Amino acid sequence: MTLTDPVNSAKNDPAHAGKIKLVDHVNAINWNKIQDDKDLEVWNRLVNNFWLPEKVPLSNDIQSWNTLTPEEQQLTMRVFTGLTLLDTIQGTVGAVSLIPDSLTPHEEAVYTNIAFMESVHAKSYSSIFSTLCSTKEIDDAFRWSVENENLQKKASIVMEYYRGDSPLKRKVASTLLESFLFYSGFYLPMYWSSRAKLTNTADLIRLIIRDEAVHGYYIGYKFQRGLELVSEAEREDIKDYTFSLLYELYDNEVQYTQDLYDGVGLTEDVKKFLHYNANKALMNLGYEPMFPKSVTDVNPAILSALSPNADENHDFFSGSGSSYVIGKAVNTEDEDWDF
Amino acid sequence: MTNLVYFSSVSGNTQRFMEKLGRPADRIPLYARDEPLHADEPFVLVVPTYGGGDGNGAVPKQVIRFLNDPANRALIRGVIGAGNTNFGTGYCLAGDIIAAKCAVPHLYRFEVFGTPDDVRAVDEGLDAFWQAQRQRLTA
Repeated sequence: MTLTDPVNSAKNDPAHAGKIKLVDHVNAINWNKIQDDKDLEVWNRLVNNFWLPEKVPLSNDIQSWNTLTPEEQQLTMRVFTGLTLLDTIQGTVGAVSLIPDSLTPHEEAVYTNIAFMESVHAKSYSSIFSTLCSTKEIDDAFRWSVENENLQKKASIVMEYYRGDSPLKRKVASTLLESFLFYSGFYLPMYWSSRAKLTNTADLIRLIIRDEAVHGYYIGYKFQRGLELVSEAEREDIKDYTFSLLYELYDNEVQYTQDLYDGVGLTEDVKKFLHYNANKALMNLGYEPMFPKSVTDVNPAILSALSPNADENHDFFSGSGSSYVIGKAVNTEDEDWDF
Repeated sequence: MTNLVYFSSVSGNTQRFMEKLGRPADRIPLYARDEPLHADEPFVLVVPTYGGGDGNGAVPKQVIRFLNDPANRALIRGVIGAGNTNFGTGYCLAGDIIAAKCAVPHLYRFEVFGTPDDVRAVDEGLDAFWQAQRQRLTA
């Protein structure tokens, strides 16, 4: 069986590449005339969140890296090459493929920002590698990423839809990539972080996770605006398609997860994280979450590595709410609110 | 009376949560040209945070405008935050900021437009919360 690099084969193989789609016509973009406030809001958010891997002191993790067993190190590198592949797809193909479908010129600009940040993400894994690993280890991990069937299949499925001719289906594939497919990988640095290992690496990954949330939110939002413009029958078709694509990706994701995590006994824990994020991916697209609470109860240590105030201690309603002392609104000056 | 005030951007996620909750609620207007909202009874505020970063701009400016009115601020009793745990320390940050500034509890947090479990927890939680409030007043 021959495995090919899905990103490059799409570019080089004329039988599969199709014609690269570009916008038909470009007008000078006027940021003083906004049709959709969300474009400007998300643009500003993305610009404010901008970061580069060079700002994260990854070398402080060298000592911690050396406390991992060879198997744990190999797992970590494989997870990161898998993430590198997804970020590469999203930066080079995914976000770019959305540009011609834009409803506003500002939406086009936002996708260029998203595409660039995905390339920053892809590059930041190489920063981690060059800080922590030898050239041979890096080469081995990249070779693994080309040879792993489930990883390649994941990439091929998504690439297929990016090449397709449905703008809405492209947005579905893109949102599922941003909000679901990354998470079998993101789990591991959160796991290490919860055990006080590779904490600087985890800080970098958290920046990526934050960006992906804005991307998934925005692309999902644009998907919902697009849905409003099509017939009820087409909406039904897209919904069926979304769920069947999610099932297809999910089945593959479970196998990918087993491949990676069976050896360290974390597969079941990772699967809960997958369910939890699949629900959020669906919500970003405007669909009701699919997985019930019984299978989305993510390990609290992972959840708090992700967000320090996401645990149950911050849930007033289900906690010891009756003993909570309720203050009353104090007088504040108007200036207090001027953030 | 159980009252809710909420803000939802054009993405409509928080609006969707409120619809699922199905309790009477007033929406803070989106645009400065709209008539400002005046609360006339105690309320719980539902507010989304779509951010991350250093927290600047976490509270939507429409919500600041609403809370800048001392009459509105005097009636706030609690906050419910919406957001995404992907924002890390910024998860439901607007709720934290408002809770601290108004000295009211941050009652609950949910993601995007909430799961059915979130809707149930908030519905039951609000019943218990308002009952406790009434008991405090009559004690």
